[in-house]
Amino acid sequence: MLSESLVWLILFAPLAAFVIIGFVIRPLMRLVIPVAAQEHGDDSTHSAHGRSILGGSAGILAIIAIGVAFVLSIVALFGSIDNHGDSPYIAHDWLTVGNLEFTIGILMDPLTTIMLVVVTSVSLLVQIYSVGYMSHEDDRGYARYYAYMSLFSASMIGLVLASNIVQLFAFWELVGLSSYLLIGFWFTRPSAVAAAKKAFIVTRIGDFGLLLGIMYLFFHQDAFTAAGLNSLDIVDIYTAVDAKIIAGGVATWIAAGIFAGAVGKSGQFPLHTWLPDAMEGPTPVSALIHAATMVAAGVFLVARFFPVFEASETMMNVIILIGGFTALFAATMGLVATDIKRVLAYSTVSQLGYMMLALGVGAYSVAIFHLFTHAFFKALLFLGSGSVNHASGTFDMRYMGGLRKVMPITYASFVIGGISLAGILPFAGGWSKDEVLTAAWNGAGAIPAIGFWMALLAAGMTGFYIFRAIILTFHGDFRKGADAEGIEDTHGAEVHLKESPIAMVFPLILLSIAAVGIGFVVNPLFDLGIVPQHWFGHFLGQGPVHVEIEDFNVVLAPIAMLVSISGIVLAFLMYQTKVVSAEQLGARFKPVYILLVRKYYFDELYEDIIVRRFFYGGVARTLDWIDGSIINNIGKFIGWLGANVGTALRQLQTGQTQEYGAAISIGILTIVGLYLWFL
Amino acid sequence: MFSGWLTTIVFLPLAGAIIIALFVRGDKNVRWFAGIISLAELVLSIAVFAQYDLGAGADQFQLVDKIEDWIPVESFKVQYFLAIDGLSAPMVLLTGILGMVSVFASWSVKERLPEYFMWLLILQSAVMGVFTSMDFFLFFIFWELELIPMFFLISIWGSKPNREYSAMKFLIFTLLGSAFMLVGILVLFFSFDTFDMTLLPDAISRGGILLPASLVFTMIFIAFAVKLPIWPLHSWLPDAHTDAPTAASVMLAGVLLKMGAYGMLRISATMFPEVMAGIAWLLASVGVINILYGAAIVLRQTDLKRLIAFSSISHMGFVVLGLSAVVGVNGQVSTVGITGAALQMFTHGTITGLLFLLAGFIYERTHTRHIPHLGGLATRMPMLTGALVLAGLASLGLPSTSGFVSEIHVFLGVFPVWSWLTAVGAFGVVLTAGYILWMIQRAMFGPENQHLNNVSDATVMEMVPVAVMVAAIMVVGIYPAIIADVFTTGIQPIVDSLQIAVTANLQ
Repeated sequence: MLSESLVWLILFAPLAAFVIIGFVIRPLMRLVIPVAAQEHGDDSTHSAHGRSILGGSAGILAIIAIGVAFVLSIVALFGSIDNHGDSPYIAHDWLTVGNLEFTIGILMDPLTTIMLVVVTSVSLLVQIYSVGYMSHEDDRGYARYYAYMSLFSASMIGLVLASNIVQLFAFWELVGLSSYLLIGFWFTRPSAVAAAKKAFIVTRIGDFGLLLGIMYLFFHQDAFTAAGLNSLDIVDIYTAVDAKIIAGGVATWIAAGIFAGAVGKSGQFPLHTWLPDAMEGPTPVSALIHAATMVAAGVFLVARFFPVFEASETMMNVIILIGGFTALFAATMGLVATDIKRVLAYSTVSQLGYMMLALGVGAYSVAIFHLFTHAFFKALLFLGSGSVNHASGTFDMRYMGGLRKVMPITYASFVIGGISLAGILPFAGGWSKDEVLTAAWNGAGAIPAIGFWMALLAAGMTGFYIFRAIILTFHGDFRKGADAEGIEDTHGAEVHLKESPIAMVFPLILLSIAAVGIGFVVNPLFDLGIVPQHWFGHFLGQGPVHVEIEDFNVVLAPIAMLVSISGIVLAFLMYQTKVVSAEQLGARFKPVYILLVRKYYFDELYEDIIVRRFFYGGVARTLDWIDGSIINNIGKFIGWLGANVGTALRQLQTGQTQEYGAAISIGILTIVGLYLWFL
Repeated sequence: MFSGWLTTIVFLPLAGAIIIALFVRGDKNVRWFAGIISLAELVLSIAVFAQYDLGAGADQFQLVDKIEDWIPVESFKVQYFLAIDGLSAPMVLLTGILGMVSVFASWSVKERLPEYFMWLLILQSAVMGVFTSMDFFLFFIFWELELIPMFFLISIWGSKPNREYSAMKFLIFTLLGSAFMLVGILVLFFSFDTFDMTLLPDAISRGGILLPASLVFTMIFIAFAVKLPIWPLHSWLPDAHTDAPTAASVMLAGVLLKMGAYGMLRISATMFPEVMAGIAWLLASVGVINILYGAAIVLRQTDLKRLIAFSSISHMGFVVLGLSAVVGVNGQVSTVGITGAALQMFTHGTITGLLFLLAGFIYERTHTRHIPHLGGLATRMPMLTGALVLAGLASLGLPSTSGFVSEIHVFLGVFPVWSWLTAVGAFGVVLTAGYILWMIQRAMFGPENQHLNNVSDATVMEMVPVAVMVAAIMVVGIYPAIIADVFTTGIQPIVDSLQIAVTANLQ
């Protein structure tokens, strides 16, 4: 097993890269670059070849740091296998106030080690890819990009390592921060800044729920204390569930709070609106954050507190319904999107729905298995879309086409990713998606059945929308890309019809290999050399959750595949051979089409009606008016009263001796009179 | 007993002010002299904070400076009594930090410079005095002394056209509150024949107060409620904050509001635990009102400083909400919520201080505080933008900044006591994220603004106070025990006396 300080190094290596790039390299650039820019007579863009040593070092440093983290994560994984999943690390005191004990520690169970490998490997590949993709950025932007990427990686690693729910929450929020910074990376674009803000605020609504869950957990500290436990320690929470300290309604409410956080981060319905907009960030960011890791953090969170969820049947059913519905709902919006990244974004939301569905039916290891394979094939697809963008200068598929001839490697890898996403065996995504469907099918009762049918329908749509994207992007004739008339999203990019540089292609190749084989290799149906049968499930089963290994369903798998393939065939008929006219279909079902294009009007509902009209224009405006016109004027009224009473009383102070004398005389007579009267 | 530390820290700025008035000539000299005094004061405050003994057997009150017969009139014994405990030590540190920051934030002030720095230094002396006085009459003197420099700072160096109005409004509101407090203080003296704040809690608990305790409590509490400010007594705050010069806004938001919260802990909760526990429901309610009402109004603001001012009302609501934990749950009073309130005093001081500082720097460059006229500044001023983003994130309670630490304590501490109210108040975290990020989006990001082509980034001199504040925010955020452990030693005695009161109530 790794020594504790080496485990911390997994976190601190990228964190140190962030600090060094942000607080050493970038300030140094402020001193160096203006001079250099004057010499060369331009201060706007540097090509990759013109990158200064400082700028280049930022990228190299970040990649080395995440490389170190990756190697250590692999070592940690093998250590955990040897150790049968037990976490040997003891938490450290961080702050104690009264009965509140915050600790900081490492929870190295199988879930953590798998997440570590996913996060560091995808992050490493994405950061290598970014050397090529971000080559148009000037040095300062390039360094800032790698600083944020390192911060994100560190936050994500910190999240999966955390042994305490407050520690977890802290990194959870830092993940949100890094996402905010990366989506808004091009901060001069209003749409990017708005998308960054939206992502942060919408996920924060979920975090509000998570916070309430933590509060409610701490509410029961007395019961924990009686059992010698800390209500904020994750392992103690497992113990408390076993000991029935957390049960029934208590478990439901805590789980509901935690799930709210997961809904926000994983873009589940009804907090899904931020994820498609988040595509405003640089494409490698979408690959890493909004496909492979951060959005999967919601699934991880539910998995992390799975014992609490298992204690509440209500919440499990809620998860099935939300997950299944999201899988279907997001897939429908993917059918009509014209921006290749948005298709992938809806696909991500939909796939996360599958993972949630699996969790809901109790198939813990299946959900993580799908998270695992999805991370690779979805990162592949996103990076592929970035490669396409480099060539065509746009993300709008209406202006693409024919790219398979000029970028064969991108094309091949994108198709591999697409097949994997569509869930065709024996590609990686096929194995994990099959297991999700099998688990839902095997679930008892009506609710898992509803989940199953929604997911199966979504599988057909998945095949359709991803092959629609492949055909529109790579097949047919090139439709001018960024040079086309009326195109909007180019940001000054140009058309360069050629394969992307090696730094970008290399990660695509590696991820393609993963997208083909990693599903079967880690969770094989039979003993496969050093990997025993169903290794992935058995390994996860060494954690706190009991894992039932479900056999491969020989009936269901072909049916599911058939559904996907029929979606793929339909895509070919509509966009390749054009036997079925997409236009006519759109015209026939125009209301449905518009509903999908307008994303079911959720943005309008949330932003226009609830936020702008109801809250900003209604509640806040009324309160602002009350504050300015009533509360503020109470003070003024008292002041006015004082001034006027003073004015009135001033009339008595005439300064005339005769009047004072008369008043004194009346006063004396009154007092004497009263005195005599009462005597 | 006379250790001299606290006397030095209280009177050093005042002495500096007198020297400026009498001897220092030339704007540059005045500036540097004030700067050196404020730096010395910062070093002293760090030294005082570091000397505070956390040990189990340590005295509750430390670094005592005491002259018992300071005003030796038989019927009116006022002591000169300065000391710190766990509650005041971090506040002394906060005042030292913000005092230095406010002096360095004034580097570009040009008008009537000697006078300006004089008032600024006197203000610092007065606030230090409030946080270290353990004699109620002395406390009151410092409490009132603070008004004078603030009045002049706003009315002379504030922003036109409303500065006189705002300064007067601030003065009248605060004076009205403290008039009641004076009556309360005198009632206590005539009941127990002492102004000693370390003896009064015991004396009051033994009975013999001339007027009903709840009446005396109310008279004193109003002064603190205006200062904090508690809704609906807050209407002086947006005007005063908006029209004050940068340094005065920093001091006002950073430490002056905290005097109200400090008073509630030091006096209301310590001397009148039963009454305080009795109004806990009210504290929880107005705390939540402050949080949500303030946050909703922030969203409507278009003036950068007014926006931050209303966010202060919202954030001070967390202090009040934290205090509502005084009643305890199931007969057990916990330190968590009250510590959260105390932590929020400190963290809000640094965070909002930094926000006002940056708003001042931005205003100096752009000559507007109207947010729609800003925008696109990020490329021109990357360092100020970075600092504003960081301050904003701290304000919305992002973990690794101090804002998170205090909020999580308030939430976890108060939720067991007032579950529904806390849950409602916690929605403030969403609203805060909304208005902070929207403000940053409109003020700093977006396409470059052609009207603001010539704005420059912060100078090195200006980055000094920014760096100090950022350090204070990050250090407490990453290792909060450095402040929290001190606060808990000061809060434990309060909790103990509350516990007695609550237990008595149950029986």
